[in-house]
Amino acid sequence: MNIHEYQGKQLLRQYGVSVSNGLVAFSPEEAVKAAKELGTDVVVVKAQIHAGGRGKAGGVKIAKSLDEVREYAKELLGKVLVTHQTGPEGKEIKRLLVEEGCDIKKEYYIGLVLDRATSRVTLMGSEEGGMDIEEVAEATPEKIFKEIIDPVVGLTGFQARRMAFNMNIPAKLVNKAAKFMLGLYQVFVEKDAAIVEINPLVVTAGGDVMALDAKFNFDANALYRHKDILELRDFDEEDAKEIEASKYDLSYISLDGNIGCMVNGAGLAMATMDTISYYGGSPANFLDVGGGATAEKVTEAFKIILSDKNVKGIFVNIFGGIMKCDVIAEGVITAAKEVGLQVPLVVRLEGTNVDLGKKLLNESGLNIVAAGSMADGAQKIVELVG
Amino acid sequence: MGVYINKDTKVIVQGITGSTALFHTKEMLEYGTKIVAGVTPGKGGTEVEGVPVFNTVEEAVKATGANVSVIYVPAPFAADAILEAVDADLDMTICITEHIPVLDMVKVKRYMEGKKTRLVGPNCPGVITADECKIGIMPGYIHKKGHVGVVSRSGTLTYEAVHQLSQAGIGQTTAVGIGGDPVNGTDFIDALTAFNEDPETLAVVMIGEIGGTAEEEAAEWIQANMTKPVVGFIGGQTAPEGKRMGHAGAIISGGKGTAAEKIKAMNAAGMEVAPTPSVIGETLIKVIKEKGLYEQCKTH
Repeated sequence: MNIHEYQGKQLLRQYGVSVSNGLVAFSPEEAVKAAKELGTDVVVVKAQIHAGGRGKAGGVKIAKSLDEVREYAKELLGKVLVTHQTGPEGKEIKRLLVEEGCDIKKEYYIGLVLDRATSRVTLMGSEEGGMDIEEVAEATPEKIFKEIIDPVVGLTGFQARRMAFNMNIPAKLVNKAAKFMLGLYQVFVEKDAAIVEINPLVVTAGGDVMALDAKFNFDANALYRHKDILELRDFDEEDAKEIEASKYDLSYISLDGNIGCMVNGAGLAMATMDTISYYGGSPANFLDVGGGATAEKVTEAFKIILSDKNVKGIFVNIFGGIMKCDVIAEGVITAAKEVGLQVPLVVRLEGTNVDLGKKLLNESGLNIVAAGSMADGAQKIVELVG
Repeated sequence: MGVYINKDTKVIVQGITGSTALFHTKEMLEYGTKIVAGVTPGKGGTEVEGVPVFNTVEEAVKATGANVSVIYVPAPFAADAILEAVDADLDMTICITEHIPVLDMVKVKRYMEGKKTRLVGPNCPGVITADECKIGIMPGYIHKKGHVGVVSRSGTLTYEAVHQLSQAGIGQTTAVGIGGDPVNGTDFIDALTAFNEDPETLAVVMIGEIGGTAEEEAAEWIQANMTKPVVGFIGGQTAPEGKRMGHAGAIISGGKGTAAEKIKAMNAAGMEVAPTPSVIGETLIKVIKEKGLYEQCKTH
């Protein structure tokens, strides 16, 4: 789960991590009020969407008067911002962060991620801040430094200082930078973050070390123990179908094609998408109904798939294994009847009682085609969708 | 024979009184797995499905001599269940539970350093040695005894591959589901090492998916060490960047962990890679025919 920059900064403040002062605004009036309250000569008006690259896309404005604040806020709110991370459809700006301007001396990068190779949280830092860190990693990997963190002791003082020195942070500010990193690590572990990125981390003319941006992503599996984080979820930033699916514990992801997919198991679901593509089709979604594909879940899954107007056909691929195929077939039939299925449906079932399941599908009187294998099913649905 | 588990393996079911665990305990007993104990704190002294229940893993081990456990404990308590299995010095613990917070697993991995216990999973279908011992949630009937080892990050895709092999008359030694989480226990190289050393296993199917670099590392290891043919498949070839495809580990970020990169690494290591999941079985058969192993591998 992602949160907005202003929410991330509030979280950092709670942990004593230095960030510039700022207030959230949902309207031009609120933006002006926020700027008044901050009282600085220069304020920055920043679009709040769940995507990076906002500055380059024109989502960050520097205002030198309250009139300018109002003007920029009017311009940004309601505008669809397209950045390299939003996709071509972009994202509508509904919130702004109004922040005091700061006199930047130099920009750095600092981040915390899980390193799969070592199974440890890793601190990454670079003096090449403000840029796309992936590009820095590609072009000049020697400019990215890493500290692998032992979960027993956490990020240690010497590691944080070593990182600060490696990043060429001015010697007299190293302790401030180290304190920043230690606080950042504390937020990361206490709130079960998956990624925290501060890009840029800045050193100011006044000798402060602070976060100018804050990008947080949280481990979805740990949200049950962080009600405060869960409250920060912004449904406007998520796909409506994906939100609906999550209510029924279905794992759904919208894609661009026209063949709806319903599969049990994430690996098989991905493989089903691959197979459809292999035979010249294009999947409309990834959908894992999970191990216990009950009739209710299948019905909800159908509804979600069909709410996508691009869907011209559906491929159900269930390797039931221990589950009985006749039970799954009945679930599919009930669901198809309930939603008044209009598009062709190809069903591939495998598992106990597979023949009985196929018989039920064929005799259902519905427009259902039974397939003998995943390849057979994929070919059939591609053909039917045309 | 096979790897990791066999007919002599004595199994503890952790969380045995939960509904999922109960269902699979019945299935495993029916398959012939020697389930000697269950553990549910507070239910010690009772019995389910004829299996005695204990309060702690330690007690269960003392009373029954069990050497392996399987975990069906809900996600918030699953990491602790793994720690308990490791503390009891079991040979192996297989964690079926999905959705364990990843930082819990980071701690578990650290705790396991230098300890004896092997972890398989979490978020995996389990391990099965055909006709001898089934530990997990996989359908037993698709597995036929034979000479092909299977190792996979995905549950249902493993069933798909095993089903194809069995239908083509190619039996298996052991199928190991290593799970789809970013931090897990046994990895591809561990399982491949075991298959390489197992005299019964003549060839291996390795099923990976997008995300991470485990497949690339395994391909390198195979080229340097593996004496038996390995065929591969990578799921998620058409998955878009930045989208998490159900498995927490299956996400491409910053162009890393793509299917194309993995397939390239596997091909470079001399491995055949099935172009679609429907031909994993066919691809294996083609390779074992080329190596003159087909007759030995054809079991039924």
